[in-house]
Amino acid sequence: MEIAFLVEKLLLVTILFVATLTVAAYSTYAERKVAAFLQDRVGPNRAGPFGLLQPLADGGKMFFKEEIIPSGSNKWLFIAGPSLALLVSFLGTAVIPFGQNIELFGRVIPLQVTDINVGILYIFGVVSLGVYGIMIGGWASNNKYSLMGAIRGASQNISYEIAMGLSIIALLLVSNTLSFKELAEQQHGWHWNIIYQPLGFLIFLVCAFAETNRMPFDLPECETELIGGYNTEYSAFKMGAYMFAEYINMFVSSAVMVTIYFGGYNYPGMDLVNGALGATWGPLVGVAVMFLKIFAFIFFFMWVRWTVPRFRYDQLMDLGWKVLIPLAIANIVITAIVITVVDKL
Amino acid sequence: MSLFYLVAFLSILFSLLVIFTKNPVYSVLYLIATFFTFTIHYILLNAQFLAVVNFIVYMGAIMVLFLFVLMLMNLNKETEPMKSNVLKIVGVIAGGTLLVTLIGAIKAMQTTAVSTTTNTQIGLVGNLGKVLFSEFLLPFEISSILLLSAMVGAVLLAKKDKRTQNG
Repeated sequence: MEIAFLVEKLLLVTILFVATLTVAAYSTYAERKVAAFLQDRVGPNRAGPFGLLQPLADGGKMFFKEEIIPSGSNKWLFIAGPSLALLVSFLGTAVIPFGQNIELFGRVIPLQVTDINVGILYIFGVVSLGVYGIMIGGWASNNKYSLMGAIRGASQNISYEIAMGLSIIALLLVSNTLSFKELAEQQHGWHWNIIYQPLGFLIFLVCAFAETNRMPFDLPECETELIGGYNTEYSAFKMGAYMFAEYINMFVSSAVMVTIYFGGYNYPGMDLVNGALGATWGPLVGVAVMFLKIFAFIFFFMWVRWTVPRFRYDQLMDLGWKVLIPLAIANIVITAIVITVVDKL
Repeated sequence: MSLFYLVAFLSILFSLLVIFTKNPVYSVLYLIATFFTFTIHYILLNAQFLAVVNFIVYMGAIMVLFLFVLMLMNLNKETEPMKSNVLKIVGVIAGGTLLVTLIGAIKAMQTTAVSTTTNTQIGLVGNLGKVLFSEFLLPFEISSILLLSAMVGAVLLAKKDKRTQNG
């Protein structure tokens, strides 16, 4: 029993790890294709059919490029920065339920690595940890542009974390749980949280863009002002690690938004499909639906990147502190009042 | 139990490294590691909520601010401000008095019987919330007002600064 449990978790972790890497790798391809589509170009189409092997070619290029560690840099921290960024970005997937319990070889297996009862707070902690990779790398580069990028990353992260936390509080008032598994189960049958928390979702979405350093909030690596921002001095795979971390973060934040606001693996007519396909194939359809929703979000991230121009730094701070935080607080108050009134009726 | 000793050893090691490293940025990084070991301690005690809050608030927010300020000032070994011997002697005397006070306090402390709870689930979110919002409601509210007043004070100070700059 014990060994079966370990094997099951190990398999799940391995599959999740590979899936995350694949999604991240093909996000780079998708990003270029989406950019090409939005700008009326063709995009990568040389490596393989439709350029589908482009991520592999890019990965190979990253590995074989010359690795440069600047002489004025702090060697250990210079290496630790991208490693930390990549490591932390993977941590978030551990608590996300990718499907209902699945029955395989007579065992009921939950499609979630671990269901801790503080899941949302855990994600929040991992997100707040993500900035260390950027800060350490930027500082260790011993380059003023890198340092500026690192400092921007830190202050942006802290500012938007507050609004993000406040928008989650309103969600918790509705759902009464911190566990992702319960959150996903509660949204079964069109009780999606987006219906109850539209404003909260909007705030969370904007904060997710800021926390993943995506356009229009990619000021830590704003190339028109800072050359390349915190990753100016990085080359070869260390640069690749930063890029990968960003795409993995995008995947994780999409997965979180799908799980807490868009019903996770739930879809209309789920019970019918589950009844028809049984306990093994039914949940797998749920997994496919979950991934479709995640891909839709990733596409949205890219769509925004190639549509909305970058914010100025003071505009970014104004949006965070003067618009999102008051809105989030108002959202909490309104949600609390509505819940009290509904309970009393 | 052996896990506890390992983590306890790491906490002490990292906190010593915080003091003994010359580079302030390294100090902060070791402090982050120390807080991480504290998080593990909380998890070992089955206090999940406390663990995660320690993780978010100390590791994720306060230490980021520390690092932020240090990087902004860009303190390096060459620009380390405290070099004069007078300051070092003053520091040793101040630290020594603190040590004496602490030892005195510990010696005077009455060691009562170790209080144990039978409820091992007390550290989980639901239980903690219920206790906090029923039994300890007044202290909880008072401390939140204290934090609010501190925040208002900080905002007020920041605003005042801005006005003089613009005016």
